[in-house]
Amino acid sequence: MMPAGVKRVLPQLITLAVLVALVSAVFPDFLQLHYSDGRLIGPVIDVLKRGAPVALLAIGMTLVVATGGIDLSVGTVMAITGAVAAAAIVAGHGLLWALGLALAAGLCAGLFSGCLIAFLGIQPIVATLILMISGRGIAQLITEGRILTFNLPGFSFLGSGHLLGIPVPVWLWLAAATLTVVVVRRTALGLLIEAVGINRRASALAGINARVILLAVYMISGLCAALAGIVTTADIRGADANNAGLWLELDAILATVIGGNSLLGGRFSIPAAVIGALIIQTINTGILLAGFPTEYNLVIKAALVVAILVLQSPLLAGDLKRVAARLTRQRHPAPATKKERASP
Amino acid sequence: MINPRRYPLLATIAIFVIAYAICYVQFPYMLSTRVAGNLLTDNAYLGIVAVGMTVVILSGGIDLSVGAVIAFSGVFIAVMLRDTGLHPLVVFALLLALTTAFGAAMGALIHRLGMPPFIVTLAGMFLARGVAYMLTIDSVAIDHPFFDTLQSTYWLMPGKGRLTLIGVIMLLAFVVGHVVAHRTRFGANVFALGGGQQTARLMGSRVGRTTVMIYAFSGLMAGLGGIVFALYTGSGYPLATVGTELTAIATVVIGGTLLSGGAGYVFGTLFGVLTMGLIQTYIVFDGTLSSWWTKIAIGVLLLAFIVLQKALLRLGTPRGAAAA
Repeated sequence: MMPAGVKRVLPQLITLAVLVALVSAVFPDFLQLHYSDGRLIGPVIDVLKRGAPVALLAIGMTLVVATGGIDLSVGTVMAITGAVAAAAIVAGHGLLWALGLALAAGLCAGLFSGCLIAFLGIQPIVATLILMISGRGIAQLITEGRILTFNLPGFSFLGSGHLLGIPVPVWLWLAAATLTVVVVRRTALGLLIEAVGINRRASALAGINARVILLAVYMISGLCAALAGIVTTADIRGADANNAGLWLELDAILATVIGGNSLLGGRFSIPAAVIGALIIQTINTGILLAGFPTEYNLVIKAALVVAILVLQSPLLAGDLKRVAARLTRQRHPAPATKKERASP
Repeated sequence: MINPRRYPLLATIAIFVIAYAICYVQFPYMLSTRVAGNLLTDNAYLGIVAVGMTVVILSGGIDLSVGAVIAFSGVFIAVMLRDTGLHPLVVFALLLALTTAFGAAMGALIHRLGMPPFIVTLAGMFLARGVAYMLTIDSVAIDHPFFDTLQSTYWLMPGKGRLTLIGVIMLLAFVVGHVVAHRTRFGANVFALGGGQQTARLMGSRVGRTTVMIYAFSGLMAGLGGIVFALYTGSGYPLATVGTELTAIATVVIGGTLLSGGAGYVFGTLFGVLTMGLIQTYIVFDGTLSSWWTKIAIGVLLLAFIVLQKALLRLGTPRGAAAA
């Protein structure tokens, strides 16, 4: 990776390293790995595997957030796609049909939200709220309110299988993230997404078809949610319309924000968001392993979010600069004044 | 001619009346005061938080913490009444002070950090629910003579319908919300802020102070909603009212308030709440429809209203301005 790329994800890597050190201090076996039965076993692998749904969602969410939007529907889309896949399997269709239908359902969900946003000009938060509220109803409609269980080894492999000793969900999110980064960064797509997020009117005047870009990012987000839904459903071998992906959209948004992506749109980093997802999962697993009651989970999460917000705040950064400028001015009277005026 | 800004409100009221008429044709008993009384009682907590949410949305913000604050309130009341000898009224006052301060703190963070309200109140949501978990992870029953009196207080309407205390509190909350939003200087500042922060500042309204007060008001209403919810269920449970913030946002939108801020009516939200309650009542009356149809119907309704609003806005703006 380029040095610039490493520099971009450095704050997230440091946060992750500090967290791992903290967890290891309380639970010394955290970094231990065993190799048995042809698979790697250890808390770290567990974090990587359990973080898969949020990591997958964070990939799509980062692109959506980069356009200045937000996608609240991803959690329910997970429930819908899981229900579609399970229903297809129960109805006797094969593995390929189940996967194809689930991915198509995710694309359709993204298309629906994307159309509302791109063509009707509805705010992303409301447009995706519609699907978030009604989506769980649709998922329950598909499963008829029951938990659909199935037994199809090929499908379960996606959720609980191993490849080269590493759980399949880990491969899935690694592949999805790599593929998206390559597509977005090796073509102009990433630049166009950022342009739409920074100023939609200006980008339209510059000749960018903002509508197509918006449709594309919400469809990618839907696709990522479908993958996450497939992983979750395959892992438990059943589609639970009530609980699959419940509130994961908030974790995905949080991962994106921890990844240093501004909710106001503009420049984005998918690797940083995925590391953000791992940070969240490390907190969750770490709290469990350290023997804290799970009740503390949310409070610790809240404290962490506030801390990250304070560090990222553009206004506070201005204040700090001003304070720093004042301090340096006391030491070297002349040069700091110009800098102070330049800071917002 | 009617002000185009009132179209969404009038549409909301019209849809509520038409929906009620359809229900009445199918189930004549729907028009009784008993059903009307239950409609108010069952949706009391939702209506109260929706009042606070309306003010927040009018200012162009959003408050995701209210559902968690309701759950926290219930747990706080239950635990305080169980573990201390304090009178419920003292506990209520403590709680309202706490939730108002909590809202004010979120408002201060939003203003000071210049961060989107979405993510700040998301952190607030984690915090409130987390603190509720820390107080207890079980459902705690509330057992206090005064509390029972409040629970069983009602006025008998003609036709044996019960107008419960919490139903009345909700109606009062709407009156207060209406006065605050449409009749005070603070309300004018809220609308100014919803029209655009820069313009509000240029007009001389104190943006920081108004932001803090808006979220403090929402916190107060969420606390009150929590008290009402505790009265309604008679217990405190940290997992209660998950997702209520989104339902509240949906009622505000159905009530004709623009989510971009700056336009809307507090009383529209009342009809939004009642319309949602009506859908649920209809499904109960019908008996054959499954509960998931509620969610789908609310989603469809939400979609219809937003598209309607968009169309009305496009009609309402002069052609030259529409391009800008």
